[in-house]
Amino acid sequence: MSTTALAEVPADPRDRGGPAQPLLLVENLRKYFVLRGGVLNRAVATVQAVDDISFALRKGETLGIVGESGCGKSTTARLLMRLIEPDQGRIILDGEAVGAADGIGVGELRRAMQMVFQDSYASLNPRLPIEASIAFGPRARGVPAQVARDRARDLLSKVGLEPDRYIRRYPHELSGGQRQRVNIARALALEPRLVILDEAVSALDKSVEAQVLNLLADLKAELGLTYLFISHDLNVVHWISDRVLVMYLGKIVEIGPVERIYGEPKHPYTRALLSAMPSMDPDRRTEVPSIVGDPPNPINPPSGCRFHPRCPHAEPICDRTAPSLAAGGDTAKGDHAIDWDRHAVACHMHVPGSGHSAAPVGGA
Amino acid sequence: MTPLVSVEGLTVGFTAREGIVQAVNGVDFTLERGAVMAILGESGSGKSVTLRALMRLLPPARTRIGGRVTIAGHDVLTLDQAALSAIRGPVVSMIFQEPMLAFDPVFTIGQQIGEAVIRHEGIGAKAARQRAFDLFDRVQIPLPARRLDAYPHELSGGMRQRAMIALALACRPALLLADEPTTALDATVQIQILLLLRDLQRELGMAVIFVTHDMGVATEIADSIAVMYAGRIVEQGAVRDVLRRPLHPYTRGLLNSTVQGSSRGQRLETIPGSPPGLIALPSGCSFAPRCRHAMAACLTAAPRAVEATPGHVARCVLVEPAGAAMISIGGSAEGVAGS
Repeated sequence: MSTTALAEVPADPRDRGGPAQPLLLVENLRKYFVLRGGVLNRAVATVQAVDDISFALRKGETLGIVGESGCGKSTTARLLMRLIEPDQGRIILDGEAVGAADGIGVGELRRAMQMVFQDSYASLNPRLPIEASIAFGPRARGVPAQVARDRARDLLSKVGLEPDRYIRRYPHELSGGQRQRVNIARALALEPRLVILDEAVSALDKSVEAQVLNLLADLKAELGLTYLFISHDLNVVHWISDRVLVMYLGKIVEIGPVERIYGEPKHPYTRALLSAMPSMDPDRRTEVPSIVGDPPNPINPPSGCRFHPRCPHAEPICDRTAPSLAAGGDTAKGDHAIDWDRHAVACHMHVPGSGHSAAPVGGA
Repeated sequence: MTPLVSVEGLTVGFTAREGIVQAVNGVDFTLERGAVMAILGESGSGKSVTLRALMRLLPPARTRIGGRVTIAGHDVLTLDQAALSAIRGPVVSMIFQEPMLAFDPVFTIGQQIGEAVIRHEGIGAKAARQRAFDLFDRVQIPLPARRLDAYPHELSGGMRQRAMIALALACRPALLLADEPTTALDATVQIQILLLLRDLQRELGMAVIFVTHDMGVATEIADSIAVMYAGRIVEQGAVRDVLRRPLHPYTRGLLNSTVQGSSRGQRLETIPGSPPGLIALPSGCSFAPRCRHAMAACLTAAPRAVEATPGHVARCVLVEPAGAAMISIGGSAEGVAGS
């Protein structure tokens, strides 16, 4: 039984593992940043930016990642792209481990996986006309110059920019929305299977944001893409995602199909996040903030459940033990038995026999 | 009773190498004491420039301001520097998107709030510190005494924003100008700051002008909304009227293109094209090139403000009284241009 049935993904010659094999499996990914200071430049603190997270990405789906600043969502994206080296963890792309002896290298990973960043200007070379920017990746991988240029023209018209008008322009001659279209075209130039969109529409005005979101939906359908969509905007994530992953201080606190996350959120943090969305109805304004205080500093995060200092339901167990996402499902290793409809939450209130007074009775 | 704020025919132009960037093109509004107005617009609509003009915070050397701004009886655009700094604080004060830039990094927050109070009210350092302490308590900063001795960089984003609100309220202004103060904050912090501002506004009876690009934020905070496009207010009215019965095609487009959960799986409605350049604005309605209802009359003269229902004003030929609209559809542009 599938509530997240996807439109049929066109057969892809690059497909190795078959339709049931996740496009991406992330296992126990971890990155701690060490802060140095003092006269001897010794390690003084550790930022647990991404702490032991595991999830899977289904072929053809859009997985939304939400969370507040410092939750590790952008670090996760950079770890997946290997823009930062993980301390620990495995990334398996369509059945092949990245960096393993029998697997694929980082170069091949980046051919299959591309990224679009929030700052459309900073991510383009200001001295290259956009044609050269788009053709750069294919050229670097040995595509003949003429073929790369033709592909750049094709991609520009795919993202809605008239090639003859725009191909010779420089980034500063374009508006923010147009630049983000160029960044999308460039990400697609290597014909990736997975595109990571890290706050890709967050800097755009609403009317332009809607244009770019429609474009992303069209490109996904046309090219059979899979998206990892990172955003702090819950409305946009709701609109675009098939499944949603919620992060808090480097941990996954909840993951599930989009309608389950928005309709019946289980984690107190997810609930707080959703009810913090400004009301669009002047007769139903928010009266009481859902949680108080700022998100804690990811340096030396709280013990146990990292949300417990802000949680209205916290009990002693929450301070002592970190809850884990219930076993099975997305953490299944290697085999193909992933339950894509699983709605998992890392909260003692939902673990039978956890010792929290609101937990279901043990042995269920 | 005269309104607290009255703005008539405000224009702001910046001299640039390419010509004059006409950022604000004739803005009129009034605001009563204790009322909250949101100015809603996209980047380049002139909303922040309008706000800064009310306090004359724009660089004088390359700015040309026209029109008339009266705040609590002060003719702001004609004041000399001394008179201007006398009203900044006790009469009108401002909070910004980036509190790190609003504070001086080399003084503690307590010193900076104290300085403002001593400067305007002539009280002693001890009384000023007490005032700062009370303010910190009021804006719900935990451990106020410790935080007063902190430097701006030592506070988290939400705490800095609270401290900036405390600084802005230090001299009990009659009017608070807020320039996207919650845009850079996380969702769970944003709603706390909005609720705090709403409480403080009610308690102190302050008028607030709140600039934002976020319809939801405007809904949470404001009594009325003014929608700006290319330097003009194209629609203005009570929050309920503007959200439920938008009159201007731009407002409607903006509402429809705002992503909401209910639109999941459907194509988003968009406004084609992008806003006009502000150096050579079209002579007629600035929105006409993107408007699906555009007609000949739209291109000849900027539409006048028409009050469609009490308090709900729009600048669009579609809301002109039936007669004028008929003329414009008939193609006689002079009829509208002359009105």
